[in-house]
Amino acid sequence: MDFAYILTAGITTAIGPIAAIYALAAIGLNLHFGYTGLLNFGQVGFMLVGAYGLGISVNTFGLPMWAGFLVAVACAVVLALLLGIPTLRLRADYLSICTIAVAEVARLLYRAEFARDLTGGVYGLQGFADGFYDMNPIPRGSYGFGDITFSARDVWLMLFAWGLVAVACLVMWLLVHSPWGRVIKGIREDEDAVRSLGKNVFVYKMQSLVLGGVFGALAGVVIAINQQTIHPDQFMPQVTFYLWAMLLLGGAGRTLGPVIGSVVLWFLLTVVDELLRGLIQVGALPFLQSSDAGALRHAVVGLVLLLLIVFRPQGLIGDRKEMLVNVK
Amino acid sequence: MRKGAHVRKRLVTVLLAVIAAILAVPAAAVADTQGGEAIVANIRDDNRDPVEGVTVTVFQGDEEIGSAASDPEGRARVEVPGPGRDYRAVLDTETLPEGLVTSDGENERAGFQVREGRDGLIAFSLVPEGQQETADDASPTPAESADGGQDDPGAAADPESDVEPGFTPGVSFGAKAAQLAVSGLIFGLVIAISAIGLSLIFGTTRMINFAHGDLVTFGAIMAMIFSTGAGGIGNSLLVLFGAGLLAAGAGWLLRGRVPGAVAAVVPALVLLLGVAASTAVGVYGESWNWEVPLLAAILIAVVLGALLGIGMERYVWQPLRARHVALIQMFIVSIGLSLLLRHLLLVVFGGNRQRYDEFQLQETLSLGPVSITPRDLTIVVLSVVVLVAVACMLQFTRIGKAMRAVSDNRDLAESSGIDVNRVTLYVWGMGGGLAALGGTFYGLNQTVYWQMGFHLLLLMFAAVILGGLGTAYGAMVGGLVIGLVAQLSTLWFSAQLMNAWALAIMILVLLVRPQGILGRRERVG
Repeated sequence: MDFAYILTAGITTAIGPIAAIYALAAIGLNLHFGYTGLLNFGQVGFMLVGAYGLGISVNTFGLPMWAGFLVAVACAVVLALLLGIPTLRLRADYLSICTIAVAEVARLLYRAEFARDLTGGVYGLQGFADGFYDMNPIPRGSYGFGDITFSARDVWLMLFAWGLVAVACLVMWLLVHSPWGRVIKGIREDEDAVRSLGKNVFVYKMQSLVLGGVFGALAGVVIAINQQTIHPDQFMPQVTFYLWAMLLLGGAGRTLGPVIGSVVLWFLLTVVDELLRGLIQVGALPFLQSSDAGALRHAVVGLVLLLLIVFRPQGLIGDRKEMLVNVK
Repeated sequence: MRKGAHVRKRLVTVLLAVIAAILAVPAAAVADTQGGEAIVANIRDDNRDPVEGVTVTVFQGDEEIGSAASDPEGRARVEVPGPGRDYRAVLDTETLPEGLVTSDGENERAGFQVREGRDGLIAFSLVPEGQQETADDASPTPAESADGGQDDPGAAADPESDVEPGFTPGVSFGAKAAQLAVSGLIFGLVIAISAIGLSLIFGTTRMINFAHGDLVTFGAIMAMIFSTGAGGIGNSLLVLFGAGLLAAGAGWLLRGRVPGAVAAVVPALVLLLGVAASTAVGVYGESWNWEVPLLAAILIAVVLGALLGIGMERYVWQPLRARHVALIQMFIVSIGLSLLLRHLLLVVFGGNRQRYDEFQLQETLSLGPVSITPRDLTIVVLSVVVLVAVACMLQFTRIGKAMRAVSDNRDLAESSGIDVNRVTLYVWGMGGGLAALGGTFYGLNQTVYWQMGFHLLLLMFAAVILGGLGTAYGAMVGGLVIGLVAQLSTLWFSAQLMNAWALAIMILVLLVRPQGILGRRERVG
C-alpha cells in the first residue's frame, strides 16, 4: 500500500474539475435549502437540462458554444418555472417528493425513444465541446507540483470551472448580504412573518428556485464539457443525494459551505476508495473483491451523512443556531 | 363522523368487495414439476416475439448431448441426462433469421445450473445486426449474469417493459388492454404491499422514509440467499440478527435492575461478540450450506425485514426523535441509511440480475382474454390475502386501531393513553416485513437486483401521495392506481415512459387534491 499515492490521488480529485462541478451545483442547492429553506431533491434535473441545453444546441442545431451556454441557462429557468409554479405552495415534504419526481420524469423524457433525434435517447450526445478546448490558451504539457499533475486540457477546464465557482460564490455573498437575501432568510425562518410584512413569499421563493437552478445548469454545462459525452442515466437521483451530503458536510447557509463540502467529500471518497482497494489487494479484507470498493465508498457517503446529522448537524463551518430551523 | 371519514369508509368497503371478487377467481396449481431434466432455450427477438426454427445444441464438456430447433413459442428443449452445471448451449448462427444476431454477441451459454427435476432455463435475445451490445434501456449486459445461479438474459432485456411472457403484440386492443391490466394489477399489488409501511411510518412519525425502497430490496435478496444456498453470507447474517436480538433482549432485561453502566456495556459486548461470530461464520462457514424452498425463504425474509425495520426505529429514529432532531435532518439521515443499506446489499449480492430458481418455467393459463402463469396468479391471490389481513388487522384489532389513531394524530393518541413509541415500533416492524414481502413478490414477477427497491421507491411515493399520506388504505388504493396507470400507459405510449406517467399522475393529483384520494384535508385557520 502506497499512502503517498493514495494521498495524491485524493488531492487530485479534490481540486479537479469534478469537485468544481459538484461545488457549483451544491451552491445552487445552498441557495434553495440553506437560505430559502426549500427542500429541493431534484437539483440533478437542473444539471440534466443544463448539460443537454449545451449538447443539443451545439450538436443538433450547430450553434456556437456561447449560444449553448445561454440555452442551458434558459432551460434551467424554464424548468424552475415549470417546477415552481405548481409546487412551491406545497408543504415541504410534498415539495421534496415532487422535485425528485420531476427530475426523474425529465430524465425519462430525455432518454425516451421519441426524443432520440434531439437528445440521442439512451445513447446520449458526444463531442460538442471542441470549441471550448480549441480556445485553450495554455501550451501543451503537464502542470502541477510533486506527483499532482494535470494536463493542459485539465488545467484549462479547472480554471474555467473553479472560476465559475468563484463567481458563483461572489454572487451568492452579494445576494445574501443584500435586502433580498434578508427576505429569503426570513422566509426560511418564518414564512408567515415575512408574509405579514407584505412580502410576496411565492415570488421570492420562485426567484430563489430559478437562481439556484441556473447554478445547477452551469454545473451540468461543465459536466458536458468535461466528459465531451452525456447520456441521461448519469443524472440519476443519487447525484442530488451526493449534493446534499456535500452541502451538509460543508455547512448549509454559508457561502463557502458547499465548496468546502465538495472538496472534502471528494477527497474522502477517493481516499476511501483507494484505501479499500489497497487493503483488498494485500488481502486484508478476505471476503471482498476489488470491485466492491466502488460500492463501499457509496456506503461510506451514507454513513457520513448519518453521523454528520447525529453529531454535527451544522456541518464543518456551519452555524448551529442558523441550521436548526425546522422546515414546516 | 366527518364527511371525509364517511367517504373513506365507503371506499374501503368497495375495495374489500373488489378484493373478494378477485379472490373468487379460481386459483390453480403452483409449482411445475416435470419428469426429467432438460435445457430450455428461450429465443426472442427485439420485440420479445418468439423466434421459430433456431437450432440450439447442448454439449457436456465436448460431448454433444443433443440439439433442438425452437418451436413457434420460441422454445428449444433439449433433454439432458441429469442435473449439473457443466452444460454448454450453443446457438447455431446458420439457422438465425436473416439480419438478426444475439444481443450480446455471444452465441453460447455456459455455467448455468440444471437442478434436479427442473429445467435449466437460458435465453437468447436477438436484435437486428449492428444493434448488439447497445442493450436498449439501462439494463446491464446480459452476459454478466452467466456466473449467477441461473443464466437469464431474457429477464435483463428491459425491466420497464417487462410485460407478461404470454403477451404478444398484434392481438386486439381489448385483449391487449386486459392483459396489461393484469400486469398492472400485479405491479400495483406489489406497490401497495410495499407502500403500506411507508404511509403508516409517515403517519406515525411525519417522516418520509427514503430507505423504504431498500427494505424492499433487502427482502428480495434475503429470499434469494436463503433459497439458493445460505452458506457464508446467509449464516453470517442470521448470526448477526441473532446477536442483535440477544443484545436488545439483554438490554431490556438489565434495564433498571443493574447500574446504568453495566446495562449499557453488556448489550454492547453481546453485539460485539455477535459481529465477531458472524464474521467468523461468514469466512469459515462456507461449507455449512443449506437452502430452503422459496416459500420458507420468503418467510425468513419477511421476519428479517420486520426485525430490520424495528431495529432502525429503535436504534436510529427513536433516539433522534428524543433529541428533537428536525424533520429535514431526519430526511437526510434516511437518505444516508438508504445509501448505506443499498450499497451493502450491492456488495453482498453483486450487480447482476437474478431470478429465483423456483416457479420459473410455467405453462400460462388462459382465463378468458388474458393469460397468466400460475406463479403470477398465486402472487395476486397471496397479495390480496395479505392486504385483506392487514386491513382487518387495522380495522378490528387493538394494535391496528392504535396504529390508525397515532397515524391520525400523534399528540391526541398519546394524550388518550396510547404508548405512541411502542405503536411506532410495531408500525416499523409491520412496514419492514411488508416491504420485504413486496420485494419477494416483485422479484418473483420480475428479477432481483440491487436497485429494484430504489426504482420502486418513487412509485411507492406516488402511490402514498395519490392515496393520501399517512393512511394505509390510501397506500393500497394508490398502489393499485399507479400500477394500472403505469402498465396501461404502454397501450398508447412507449414502455420507457411508463414510470414517467405514474409520476405525472402523482404531480397532477398533488396540484388539485394535495391530501390525496383518501386523505383528509388539513384545517386551515
